[in-house]
Amino acid sequence: MSAQQTNGSQHSTSANGSAAADNVLLDVKNLQKWFPITAGFFRRTIGHVKAVDDISFQVLQGETVGLVGESGCGKTTAGRCILRAYDLTGGQVLFQDHDGKMVDLGPLNNNEMKPYRQQVRMIFQDPFNSLNPRMPVSDIVGDPLKINKVAAGKELEDRVAALLARVGLRPEYMRRYPHAFSGGERQRIGIARALALDPRLVVADEAVSALDVSVRAQILNLIKDLQEEFNLTYLFVSHDLSVIEYICDRVVVMYVGKIVEVAETEELFAQPFHPYTEALLSAVPNPDPRMRQQKSRIVLEGDVADPANPPSGCYFHPRCRYVQDQCSLETPELREIAPGHYAACHFAEELTLTGVTASGELG
Amino acid sequence: MDTPVLIEIKNLKTHFFLDEGTVQAVNGVDFTIHQHKTLCVVGESGCGKSVTARSILQIVDQPGRIVEGEILYHRPDRLSGVGLSEDLPSPNGAGGSSSTEIIDLAALDPRGREIREIRGQDISMIFQEPMTSLSPIHTVGNQITEAIKLHTDMLDDEADEHAIELLRRVGIPRPAERLETYPFELSGGMRQRVMIAMALSCNPALLIADEPTTAVDVTTQAQILELLEELQDDFGMAIMLITHDLGVVAEMADDVVVMYLGQVAERGDVESIFHDPKHPYTQALLKSIPRLGVSRTMQRLDSIRGMVPDPYNRPTGCMFGPRCDHFMPGRCDAINPPAIQLGDGREVHCLLYEDE
Ligand SMILES: Nc1ncnc2c1ncn2[C@@H]1O[C@H](COP(=O)(O)OP(=O)(O)OP(=O)(O)O)[C@@H](O)[C@H]1O
Ligand SMILES: Nc1ncnc2c1ncn2[C@@H]1O[C@H](COP(=O)(O)OP(=O)(O)O)[C@@H](O)[C@H]1O
Ligand code: SF4
Ligand code: SF4
Ligand SMILES: [Mg+2]
Ligand SMILES: [Mg+2]
Repeated sequence: MSAQQTNGSQHSTSANGSAAADNVLLDVKNLQKWFPITAGFFRRTIGHVKAVDDISFQVLQGETVGLVGESGCGKTTAGRCILRAYDLTGGQVLFQDHDGKMVDLGPLNNNEMKPYRQQVRMIFQDPFNSLNPRMPVSDIVGDPLKINKVAAGKELEDRVAALLARVGLRPEYMRRYPHAFSGGERQRIGIARALALDPRLVVADEAVSALDVSVRAQILNLIKDLQEEFNLTYLFVSHDLSVIEYICDRVVVMYVGKIVEVAETEELFAQPFHPYTEALLSAVPNPDPRMRQQKSRIVLEGDVADPANPPSGCYFHPRCRYVQDQCSLETPELREIAPGHYAACHFAEELTLTGVTASGELG
Repeated sequence: MDTPVLIEIKNLKTHFFLDEGTVQAVNGVDFTIHQHKTLCVVGESGCGKSVTARSILQIVDQPGRIVEGEILYHRPDRLSGVGLSEDLPSPNGAGGSSSTEIIDLAALDPRGREIREIRGQDISMIFQEPMTSLSPIHTVGNQITEAIKLHTDMLDDEADEHAIELLRRVGIPRPAERLETYPFELSGGMRQRVMIAMALSCNPALLIADEPTTAVDVTTQAQILELLEELQDDFGMAIMLITHDLGVVAEMADDVVVMYLGQVAERGDVESIFHDPKHPYTQALLKSIPRLGVSRTMQRLDSIRGMVPDPYNRPTGCMFGPRCDHFMPGRCDAINPPAIQLGDGREVHCLLYEDE
């Protein structure tokens, strides 16, 4: 599976016709989103938070791509750009239309975006705040169908009932309001709403992060089942590496607005090529007390860099245990280190980094 | 192996009296915290972890109160009578302090002098969101020195020095300069460190940490957990660590208490809880978590069906009954399982073990 770094073609139709390209549902190219930092009475711009700074990756039809990284690294911002909840500062968000053409969603206005808002849907992190408390569940789930004139009356009600049943909720409860449901149930409602319009791409931003352990497994299983059933493609944003490992086919690791590594899940976890990925993996607590001694936890010094004022060269260099002189001077490009495995580190080939073996041991 | 007992909680019940009804947030909890050891309390949100912790310090929010039970604090000698060591770090000598004084914290007046003396000096607490315990309008230095001066007879200069030493100890770079900063100028991880510094300012016998890493990133979590381990080695305090993350439990705990809906499901040493769990809830919980390195090969996670019942609709009999695969009709819905001792300090609340 290819990641990106394709031919750099800038046109908005995929002309090269290769099998891989046909398969690409979402092609994010050099995406940038900077937020201005203003000061003073005239709100003069004195700098920018480079929340997302030149990232490129692809999502293939039917796969689940994980976007992982620490708080503030730009995951949500990237997701919101793809949904066009934000205007882009730069780059392209190419989406494969029904007829196979790649359309750049970047420059589209609200009206032009309409058909794509049905095809690209979002599941939110917070099941408590993302549902309108004054709407009964039937409206929350049914509104997208009504607004887009997909169904009305009895048919609408039937479709809502079927959707609710599919996500494991009792259709009888559809007259109830969100407050009457638990966190896990609200997340199911959110999923039903996202699925109402038969979307092709679902962006799930921390969709299970707020849920309790025992309910999280239910929702993760549901998300997996629905993918098979409806041939869904997911961009799954999460900071939780064990969840990412379970649900994703491929993983994109971000650090301070940039992509530092992209690979298939197995590869990324077994053999990371970027020191930041290695540190992330080692920081995840292992739920087995017998692993305590074996484990050499890499404790990173200091904090995540500030995206308004990132360090020179490799953004990770102030915290990297393998840092060399070159690292503070030159910014490493994202390069293909092994087939389909990309990393942005000057020394990716030389370093022998520690991943997680399939038994759960670090090795 | 076992160090002397520090806190013994017996049949603790803390309820909230609301218009809608009574929430039995903590409903008959027993466990023991040993000196210098780490006890992890694990369970899903709303199971009563925080209320248990707040009961120990008598800081339960209105309209809640302890309605039954004992919280016996075996006060180590060095703390009986005030006067704290000014040196830092000052390990308080493992096992050396035979406890003399036993105080039932549950019986103290929440606003009385005794519990106020114990708070901060004997037992201190850190929270999930540091800003709830740090004041936004005072400098970091001010807040730490105030905490120090409240419980010791240190003078301004001494307190300042002690504060700098503490900040250095919790890994804050350029600690002297940091005295002048305000909490909002610090990152989440740094704030958490400041809060830990404050909590340790009087060298407490017990540090209660309520989800101290839930709101921070994994790499910051690794820093904080490592720090807590180091500080425990240096200061020798016991830690009661509250978390819903089984990974954190496995890395930190000596002993574990698994809670469900206001009650203890089971407790024991960390090795047994993870490798020989007895309670169906613990067993199911351990199966339902995605594990790094393992989950990529799994098609599906085992999940626990249903959800935690809401506090006004507690099941009859066993709290876990409606979700339990071993549910025995006529028994599990009739009897609230008592504590069953399995030896080696293990205890389970499940009727499957009744005849053992
Ligand atoms: N509307 C905004 N205005 C200004 N800065 C913003 C805005 N939204 C995000 N940022 C900044 O952009 C950076 C990336 O934020 P983003 O929300 O994308 O992070 P994230 O990776 O989703 O983090 P988390 O894991 O905490 O959700 C952060 O520094 C954030 O403070
Ligand atoms: N101030 C309060 N007023 C009313 N109910 C409360 C209050 N604090 C906690 N509770 C209830 O007590 C139960 C246990 O809460 P808590 O100890 O905070 O759970 P957790 O295990 O997540 O820390 C929950 O049902 C909660 O809703
Ligand atoms: S480029 Fe240098 S600093 Fe950056 S990750 Fe690689 S070794 Fe570390
Ligand atoms: S008492 Fe019965 S319902 Fe409760 S955990 Fe044991 S077997 Fe399950
Ligand atoms: Mg986010
Ligand atoms: Mg809590």
